[in-house]
Amino acid sequence: MLKILKYSFYDLMRSRWSYVYFIFYLLLGFGLLFLNHDLSKGVITMMNIIVVLVPLIGTIFGIMYYYNSKEFTELLLAQPIRRSRIFLGQYLGVAGSLTMCLTLGLGIPFVIYGLFRSDAIWQFGLLILIGAFLTFIFTALAFNIAINNENRIKGFGYAILLWLFMAVLFDGIFLIALITFEQYPLDNFSLLATLFNPIDLSRILILLKLDISALLGYTGAVFKQFFGTHIGFLTSMSTLVLWTIVPILLLIRAAKRKDF
Amino acid sequence: MKTHYLQWSVLSLLLVIASWNTARPGNINVCSDCSITSVQQAIQQARPYDTILVHHGIYPEFNIVIDKPLYIRGMGQPVIDGENRGEIIQILSDSVTLDGITIRNVETSYTKDHAAIRIIQSRDFLLQNLLVEDFFFGIYLQKSNNGTIRNNQLRGNGINEFGSGNGIHLWYAQHVLIENNEIQGARDGIYFEFADSSIIRNNYSHHNIRYGLHFMFSNHDVYEHNTFEQNGAGVAVMFSKNIDMISNTFTQNWGPSSYGLLLKEIYDANIQGNKFIKNTIGIQVEGSNRINYTENDFAENGWALKIRGAIYSNTFTQNNFLHNSFDLSYNSKLHDNVFVSNYWSKYTGYDLDRDGIGDVPYRPVNLFSYIVNRIPESIILLRSLFMDLVDFSEKVSPAFTPDHLVDPSPLMKKVP
Amino acid sequence: MIQVRQLEKKFGRNSVLKKLDLSVGEGGIYAILGPNGSGKTSLIKCILGMTIPDRGEIKVNGLPVSQSWKYRKSINYMPQIAQFPGNLKLRELIRMIKDLREAPSDEDELIHLFGLEPFMGQKMAHLSGGTRQKANIILAFMFDSPILILDEPTTGLDPASLIKLKKLIRREKERGKTILLTSHIMSFVEDVADEIIYLLEGVIYFHGTIAQLKSHTGQDDVEHAIATIAEIKTPTYA
Repeated sequence: MLKILKYSFYDLMRSRWSYVYFIFYLLLGFGLLFLNHDLSKGVITMMNIIVVLVPLIGTIFGIMYYYNSKEFTELLLAQPIRRSRIFLGQYLGVAGSLTMCLTLGLGIPFVIYGLFRSDAIWQFGLLILIGAFLTFIFTALAFNIAINNENRIKGFGYAILLWLFMAVLFDGIFLIALITFEQYPLDNFSLLATLFNPIDLSRILILLKLDISALLGYTGAVFKQFFGTHIGFLTSMSTLVLWTIVPILLLIRAAKRKDF
Repeated sequence: MKTHYLQWSVLSLLLVIASWNTARPGNINVCSDCSITSVQQAIQQARPYDTILVHHGIYPEFNIVIDKPLYIRGMGQPVIDGENRGEIIQILSDSVTLDGITIRNVETSYTKDHAAIRIIQSRDFLLQNLLVEDFFFGIYLQKSNNGTIRNNQLRGNGINEFGSGNGIHLWYAQHVLIENNEIQGARDGIYFEFADSSIIRNNYSHHNIRYGLHFMFSNHDVYEHNTFEQNGAGVAVMFSKNIDMISNTFTQNWGPSSYGLLLKEIYDANIQGNKFIKNTIGIQVEGSNRINYTENDFAENGWALKIRGAIYSNTFTQNNFLHNSFDLSYNSKLHDNVFVSNYWSKYTGYDLDRDGIGDVPYRPVNLFSYIVNRIPESIILLRSLFMDLVDFSEKVSPAFTPDHLVDPSPLMKKVP
Repeated sequence: MIQVRQLEKKFGRNSVLKKLDLSVGEGGIYAILGPNGSGKTSLIKCILGMTIPDRGEIKVNGLPVSQSWKYRKSINYMPQIAQFPGNLKLRELIRMIKDLREAPSDEDELIHLFGLEPFMGQKMAHLSGGTRQKANIILAFMFDSPILILDEPTTGLDPASLIKLKKLIRREKERGKTILLTSHIMSFVEDVADEIIYLLEGVIYFHGTIAQLKSHTGQDDVEHAIATIAEIKTPTYA
């Protein structure tokens, strides 16, 4: 698997799109910090961008890589390599290189502007952690879509829909549900609903950092316990881990059954 | 004749000396091996305007009554320990000074408001350099005027509202100066009821159970340069008129119905140069009219301003609204209130003529704050792309938010 | 060497392999023939484990292949369409496959044989179809594995290269290897194959030597013999 990972990673690191992605973050980071030297504010702005952008890029890169490396995959399938290793290796190659682009692309400007000498380092760490989680989750979801759809157009369509759903529509439906059942107690429901969307989960991790004063304004006991203690952070983190593991397991299962 | 004259003069001199000796305030020392070993005893023996020097040591006393003008001064921070047996010091006379003493262990009672120091119907008092610990009520002014309370430390151990009293409590008092005190662990750090024309300056009121500072039915007071931190709520001003609130800091007052400042039925107040930082609600306003809000900073609050019920003729100018989750929320009509020339960090407009004023008006109420008002649980959608899109479309064509509620001349740069 | 028992595979409602039985011994060249869609490639991919059969069993070297991967160490495969990761250079591709298989190889001789030296530094996407097919041959022949599976190896080759390929195949046979191939070019089959397996609609209609095929059908050349089997449509085993 490590060899596959190595080749996928190497392959991607040489592709133009990886550079585009890397340079995009580099410019964004420098631009932001140039306009406003405050590292914490920079991290906050980046967090808002990352929860939407990283899933999109992860999805598109994942699906593109899978379809584009079909030949490579078929070449590998005839070699004495375990099937699950082939797909896992490719998946980790994509997710790993994307995460590296993100980390370096943002890391370089933030370090130059004095990250290690500031107290924003933990927030920056959280930012990268969330970015990594979202990359791994959405790349895995994209691989699942691709492996189950021979038709590239369909696959792309589903992938974009998935992103649109998670990034926008989910919250819309969520809000409509909240308005419809306004007269019922909703705090359990709303916390539970967010667990079903990794983007919302990441957003909550960010809210815990930025908007704790507003979150504590709500009187519900469940909210108070969730946001006022470590429970919120721990629950969100462990659910994100689940969100990463489950699509990978599904991918392995699909890979074992798939005909080429 | 000559001798006679000399005799007279010696006699008169002696008389003068004697009379001067009796009129002159004397020093009375209190210590464990002095002739006088208790403060109460010293007060009984003292004549008006005497100085009582209480030396270092612990004096287990309570219900000490000061009924004549005295200067009671601690030498080396002596301790008067009430041992939880009632009130500790009652001042019933004008012109009493307490200086440099530690007073501790006031009895907690659910029927009587025991205080460490109670001043009853007296004037010209000075309480300074005192350390008051484990009090029920700390300093209790009852119909007393023209005094100063300064440089004191009040450390309560209150856990709930019922089992604790206020740090500095004024009931029917006028012309009192309260400055440079630090108050913590009380129910209300400072409490004013029918207390007028007083000044509260440079105090640090923190970790109190209810309010850092609380006004009820008190008029013409000023509080300035105080810091209110991590209280149940910062400051509550209720049913009072003409209060000047200047250059105070309200910070980290967190929790449901917690705010930096609560205004309830307030008229003609001036709120200027204050900093509201990281509170759940910066200012909660309920039915308060003719108030000027100028040059305040609202930074990183959940809600900078939350307005409940109708308010009239308030002016908000030259304030900085910086990175609050919500700038403004209200549940009624905002009538003839004016928002003009404030700086809003969320403002995304432009300034083509470069006069420092944005060319498009700013709307401080967004649709999301309207939704959160109705469904509090929807706060969980804060900062989501969906909400941003909804807010954006609402901004482009307002349907729910009032189109007259705008700052027509938002500033491009922070008010310094 | 390879045993296939009661192999079934459906793609959707389309049944491509129907209770197929096949036994391939050690050594020799076996040509799988049949019209398009007869199931040749599916059979090969089942043996390679790239396609998962619905039912039935395949054994290579006496061991079942399902969910196994180590047996592929003894197989070299040359796919029908020479497709490779486009942004790898030929040199890198060869190095990568060597790295993955971790087996001794003699690619230099083959590169020289097909004259690929000038293309070693070029990206696969920039190579012509014929050159890619040559690379495909090199990747299959450079290892010393007991089984070779060649899916339409002649596609896109110029006559000179075709002759070289035939020589290579014969050389490998002489080394005692089992070679499974498919082709549409009957002269090529006649030239190299020891045994012929004729597949039609997922069923084996004939399995025997070329001599047996000719005597069975009463035809003198392979092309006509094959055509005759297709017409008879009754499975025959020599």
